[in-house]
Amino acid sequence: MLNASLSEISAALATKAISSAELTRLFLDRIRALNHALNAFITVDEERSLAEARAADARRAAGSAAALTGIPVAHKDIFCTRGMLTTCGSRMLANYVSPYDAHVVERFARAGAVLLGKCNMDEFAMGSSNETSHFGPARNPWDRRLVPGGSSGGSAAAVAARMTPAATGTDTGGSIRQPAALCGVSGLKPTYGLVSRYGMVAFASSLDQGGPLAKSAADLALLLEVMAGFDARDSTSVERAPEDYRRDLDRPLAGLRVGLPKEYFGDGLEPGVRRAVGEAVRELERQGAITLEVSLPNTGLAVPVYYVLAPAEASSNLSRFDGVRYGHRAAQYDDLLDMYCRTRAEGFGAEVKRRILIGTYVLSHGYYDAYYVQAQKLRRLIAQDFAAAFARCDVIAGPTSPSTAFALGAKSDDPVQMYLNDIFTIPAPLAGLPGLSIPCGFDDKGLPVGLQLMGDYFSEARLLNVAHRYQQATDWHARVPKDAPL
Amino acid sequence: MSWEIVVGIETHAQLRTRSKIFSGASTEFGAAPNTQASAVDIALPGVLPVLNRAAVELALRFGLAIGARINRRSVFARKNYFYPDLPKGYQISQYEAPIVQGGTLAIALAEGEKTIRITRAHLEEDAGKSLHEDFHGMSGIDLNRAGTPLLEIVSEPDLRGAHEAVAYARALHALVRWIGVCDGNMQEGSFRCDANVSVRRAGEPLGTRCEIKNLNSFRFIERAIEFEARRQIALLEDGGRVEQQTRLYDPERDETRAMRSKEEAQDYRYFPDPDLLPLVVSEEEIERVRAELPELPDVRRRQFIARGIPATQAAQLTSSIELATYAGLALEGASRGTAPAIANWITGPLSAKLNERGIGIERAPVSPEQLRQLVERIADGTISGKLAKEVDDAMWAGEGSADEIIERRGLRQISDSDAIEKLVDEVLAANAKLVEDYRGGKEKAFNALVGQVMKASRGKANPAQVNQLLRVRLAG
Amino acid sequence: MSLSHDQVQRLALLARIAVGPGETDAVLAQLNRVLELIEQMQKVDTRGVEPMAHALDLRQRVREDSVTERDQHALFQSVAPAVERGLYLVPKVIE
Repeated sequence: MLNASLSEISAALATKAISSAELTRLFLDRIRALNHALNAFITVDEERSLAEARAADARRAAGSAAALTGIPVAHKDIFCTRGMLTTCGSRMLANYVSPYDAHVVERFARAGAVLLGKCNMDEFAMGSSNETSHFGPARNPWDRRLVPGGSSGGSAAAVAARMTPAATGTDTGGSIRQPAALCGVSGLKPTYGLVSRYGMVAFASSLDQGGPLAKSAADLALLLEVMAGFDARDSTSVERAPEDYRRDLDRPLAGLRVGLPKEYFGDGLEPGVRRAVGEAVRELERQGAITLEVSLPNTGLAVPVYYVLAPAEASSNLSRFDGVRYGHRAAQYDDLLDMYCRTRAEGFGAEVKRRILIGTYVLSHGYYDAYYVQAQKLRRLIAQDFAAAFARCDVIAGPTSPSTAFALGAKSDDPVQMYLNDIFTIPAPLAGLPGLSIPCGFDDKGLPVGLQLMGDYFSEARLLNVAHRYQQATDWHARVPKDAPL
Repeated sequence: MSWEIVVGIETHAQLRTRSKIFSGASTEFGAAPNTQASAVDIALPGVLPVLNRAAVELALRFGLAIGARINRRSVFARKNYFYPDLPKGYQISQYEAPIVQGGTLAIALAEGEKTIRITRAHLEEDAGKSLHEDFHGMSGIDLNRAGTPLLEIVSEPDLRGAHEAVAYARALHALVRWIGVCDGNMQEGSFRCDANVSVRRAGEPLGTRCEIKNLNSFRFIERAIEFEARRQIALLEDGGRVEQQTRLYDPERDETRAMRSKEEAQDYRYFPDPDLLPLVVSEEEIERVRAELPELPDVRRRQFIARGIPATQAAQLTSSIELATYAGLALEGASRGTAPAIANWITGPLSAKLNERGIGIERAPVSPEQLRQLVERIADGTISGKLAKEVDDAMWAGEGSADEIIERRGLRQISDSDAIEKLVDEVLAANAKLVEDYRGGKEKAFNALVGQVMKASRGKANPAQVNQLLRVRLAG
Repeated sequence: MSLSHDQVQRLALLARIAVGPGETDAVLAQLNRVLELIEQMQKVDTRGVEPMAHALDLRQRVREDSVTERDQHALFQSVAPAVERGLYLVPKVIE
């Protein structure tokens, strides 16, 4: 069961081969066994999970089972959960219990899912290695000395280590896709506006988007059906009819035009990544896809643009953490100003503070046009690059990350080195486009490599179709990490 | 050389909505602390703003009423600063693209009408309140007001001196209530003004200005500007210079002082709020709001002026739609020349009595028609001005129309010369001492004689005729 | 473009984050590294390009003006650092 797909679990629950309580116990035991080493979860509440599981069993017995009834799901600790800690990986919210549930949390509850716990993450989703978490880094199940990626590193590690069948994550500059790649799981960042941001602690509002992490594209499709949906409480939520994301999973790839952006296959790529991604592209070709070279000429500017826009929005979004209404407040201070400054100096970690200061700088008087407005203009050029590419192809394929998982501490002294690791995942959110990452092989060190697929707006069904067809022909996604054997 | 006082006014008018601009919490005034502060208002992690339709419509209504340009596409921005009554650490406002731009407001001055240019009016959210009573050396924060919709209306520095500034504030206050966008309740803070004050010698460029915050009465606007102008002039005349500052007016000491919290130079780091999309207003929406606009106070004021009512009094009569409606009905069909007297009666005795009893003009016991009749009976000599008060009291007591009361009480003025002559003669005969005094040069004695005649007539004798006859008799 | 110590202190004040004298050098060095990165944007001529604030070209939706929230201050204040008589307490506010 630990290694089963969502539809297999669902079938087992339906035939009473296993109860949700038993299934939940199984995953809770797995968490107990592995979490001290992997630190993938910040909060687990066994009593609550088991109670939810028993309630799910009762509902199923009463004949009212929904899509995920009785299936345990873990949430990134950025999603607000009523009655359970929501820390966002920060000391600032180390003891914070949200008085309400996020839209995504509500939707999973309505679909019958059992809340398994809250996953570790980079503090306020700022990081690509999970090392900025106040609760210590999550570890990569393929090699515990390595990072799982970030910011949804706990979610990716938990799915990879089979501590949960599925998890939610959020992606602002690659925070779902990059850890999925580094941990060898599948992760999807939907089109901006598809998943409500209500109750998702904001990092960079114009980029943040929730999405699922799971073992396969088929699972992602089911999870996206649960997560996606209009929410009047989020002004940027898109009003669209609900979609069946599984409808095209098996569609043959014959005639599919796959764009290969030449900028994604340049010098900075690790050889193992280049080889695995190249091999994956050939698999798509074998299935009838037509590959063509496309160009996304402003790719190199995406990282600088992102590191203006995201910190700018973050600097403002994180102003509410002032020690007045919730969260950490410094124990000692001289006056109001001192209370603010100490509260925030103590409550935020180094990377968060760095980004707040950068954001404050780029928005400040006299610099706004040179930085913020310039970045917004380049953002448009980057979006236009994609529009031009999608005039010629249906999906874009390339590496998710230029490297496989790296050692803890390897990049933490140089923020820019860390930022550049996201060079291939940052462009899609800037344009608001959907993207996913699926395992496509291993490098020489035995570490998973991620294949990234990007599509036009609202083309999630197509991306999932391509990923699923690829996973039907390969078994990379089914491999179990060696540092978390079953 | 004399100083010119230059003033621009920024007004925060609370829009009359049921719920807040970005949340579904009530805007009702006076609730227990924080009971109307929703998750959005207290900025819990993860919450998001959704715009209130009514706030947009009220802003449009104001823009159309001042003949402004409505920006078909306006943008919400974040104004970033830390303050305990600002839960998000930023205020959602409009910066580069406000919903209303331009427009004018006419103010009535004794010397005539003056047109004041409006720079802009934009939507924004209000902050909460810091309560400064002592909680063991701490302040208390009430966020009930946080998120209340405001229209910030900014004038050009077209106002000269405190007097014009007050006239502007009054005209704006009248307009926003007239068109129903704001209840205008200044005690509750629904209509607050900041005044930007600078001084210069005639012909010189604008001086450095100081902003005086949160003036919540017309009197304070006047006093604060007067004090501030004196302060700046004294500084400059002593060879000093004015520093750009934000100041507070202290009504108890009648002075302004620099705000300590604003000493540190601000940098609000405005940028478009990524949680909100561009606000697009359609032509149909604009036309629908335009069609719902009532006739505006300017139009009414000019109609009143055309009937011979002085400009400042006409402005007073158009300070609310209820008052203007009453005055309009009272003036309807009034005989020529009595309009000013009707206006005087409304702004004088009627307003005084309403104030005394604390009731609004829409509930005045004397109807506009009754009031008109009363004033006309004075004008046509049926009753004396003095007896008119008695008639008015009777009307307030519900005794009927002026004519009915005059008849019933026999208050008709005596203008019959024979009758008056008789009264005069009787009084002269009975007051030999006064006659003697008058003839000895004591003018006061004359007034006493008039009084005696009036008394004898029980107030009904026509005072002009009494005067005239007395003079004739005493001269004879 | 690189920052000075004074600028870092000014940013820290604007952002209400205490940066102690001992930390300024390290913070300054890292901020300057990041600024170097974002400085790359300046090489592109973007005249005539419309700034992009949102991924999708959508309009703001509006909600109807009705009161949908009820009083939850007791729940909300259960996570507050300091509360008295329904008020959030902060160090004395001086205007």
